[in-house]
Amino acid sequence: MPTITLIEFNGREHQIEAETGKSLMQNAMDNMVPGIDADCGGACACGTCHCFISDDWHEAAGSTDAMEESMLGMRPDRDDSSRLSCQIDVSEAMNGMVVRLPEFQM
Amino acid sequence: MNKIADLPHPLTTPLENIDVSDPRLLEQDAWRPYFARLREEDPVHYQADSPFGPFWSVTRFEDIVAVDSNHQDFSSEPAIVIGDMVEDMTVEMFIAMDPPKHDTQRRAVQPVVAPQNLAQMESLIRSRVVEILDNLPVGETFDWVERVSINLTTQMLATLFNFPFEERGKLTYWSDVAAGSPEIAGGDVTQEERIPALMECLETFTRLWHERKGQEGGGFDLISLLQRDPNTADLPDRPMEFLGNILLLIVGGNDTTRNSATGGVLALNQNPGEYDKLRADHGLIPGMVSEIIRWQTPLAHMRRTATRDLEFQGKQIKKGDKVVMWYLSGNRDETAIDKADEFIIDRANPRHHISFGFGVHRCMGNRLAEMQLRILWEEIMQRFHFVEVMDEPERVRSNFVRGYANLPVRVHPR
Ligand code: HEM
Ligand code: FES
Repeated sequence: MPTITLIEFNGREHQIEAETGKSLMQNAMDNMVPGIDADCGGACACGTCHCFISDDWHEAAGSTDAMEESMLGMRPDRDDSSRLSCQIDVSEAMNGMVVRLPEFQM
Repeated sequence: MNKIADLPHPLTTPLENIDVSDPRLLEQDAWRPYFARLREEDPVHYQADSPFGPFWSVTRFEDIVAVDSNHQDFSSEPAIVIGDMVEDMTVEMFIAMDPPKHDTQRRAVQPVVAPQNLAQMESLIRSRVVEILDNLPVGETFDWVERVSINLTTQMLATLFNFPFEERGKLTYWSDVAAGSPEIAGGDVTQEERIPALMECLETFTRLWHERKGQEGGGFDLISLLQRDPNTADLPDRPMEFLGNILLLIVGGNDTTRNSATGGVLALNQNPGEYDKLRADHGLIPGMVSEIIRWQTPLAHMRRTATRDLEFQGKQIKKGDKVVMWYLSGNRDETAIDKADEFIIDRANPRHHISFGFGVHRCMGNRLAEMQLRILWEEIMQRFHFVEVMDEPERVRSNFVRGYANLPVRVHPR
């Protein structure tokens, strides 16, 4: 069970014991972390599970595919560390990972 | 419409006779059993013959998400409604464009409806809602559609663009004109009216743009925001794109929000237990707003066109075929939404609905729509114990806009 820290936009931290094999989005929802809406339920089709992966963890979190890219492209607050949390499958390699949540989802 | 026969019996008629593009299904509020049967027996349904030509209907939630998020195989060009648009004037709207052009244009205007900007508009929008509600007649029956829904949506549009308030009726008019044929909008706009009206819209907004340009401080209206963004600062130099974007913002937020503002009143009246829950806890409003938008499904469908021959759920779809995603049906799909036919204001996961579509075209104004409806209900509940529906509404004849021509109500103050 990797430990992942999610930080809300207002600075509040949530440390969760994440379940591997589930997405980061699902883990955040299961642990009632606010700041992710996940309107499409993980289909990479709404963009409302946006998060920022801290620098050292990009490799562990994997890369984006074309569909995730096109959904992320619609986000005004997108940056180099942007990911859709429903497209990240939690693995042991993510133990200690830090994830920031955006000011808003849309 | 060239059909005069009665609607076929939804359960016994052969499947091939089920033509869900018949605008009477919404007008007569008769659509439920037809879509229920398609979801069950023929979820991806081919209609060989309709006034709009042949088309495929996609009726299940998951299948709609699959089509909506596959813009490579299912193109938004040339049109996003069953009937093809009139091609007298090529207004460029990114809702009917594919990536990469779509993405470039949308990215330019998207920030104007980002939640930080919306927050700046909230108090002004609220003051206008308050004024509308405070001026409603008490103790007599009146039309909610006219007095509240249309009035509200028009004022909202004027507020968003900081449009001259006395002339705000023009916005609604241009919206109806831009939406095009009666099949699409349910309204009646002739071709002769269309082009001059759209030109007037372009001229008016170009003038407003230049008037506002040199102004101090810079407001939070959509025009000022477009001016401040480097990607759109020169938008009027591309007039058809400028007009297209303006119209898209007007049309997108017009019928949809209007009919949600009416639908909510109707839904609560049909479900008095839910109204009681709301009276007991105004904190339910945000979730209820999502549920109203699901229940209403203001846009019944969006259409795509297949870009190649392909197989989808066992059906052979040919290049060029029209593929229609019935959001109205997806929102009633029990496999995706628990008790989908019921209106439940405190659902566990109310945002999981399909009224805003999915994929790269997912409604850009969804946060704005939700904010408007949230403010409306917050202020209604401050004032009225009961907005009572006095008679059945008259529904719009359309296969695209699911809406109301009127709704007689009485308000009962707290
Ligand atoms: C309850 C209210 C609303 C509903 C139900 C609604 C519904 C929709 C739907 C179904 C789509 C197409 C999605 C797809 O193809 O996947 C859409 C697109 C769009 N909507 Fe809305 N809408 C609403 C309010 C608004 C408002 C208030 C605005 C004003 C800013 C707006 C602006 C747009 C725009 C610009 C698009 C085109 C997006 C694109 O093609 O990328 N909508 N809307
Ligand atoms: S939950 Fe919709 S894109 Fe991730």
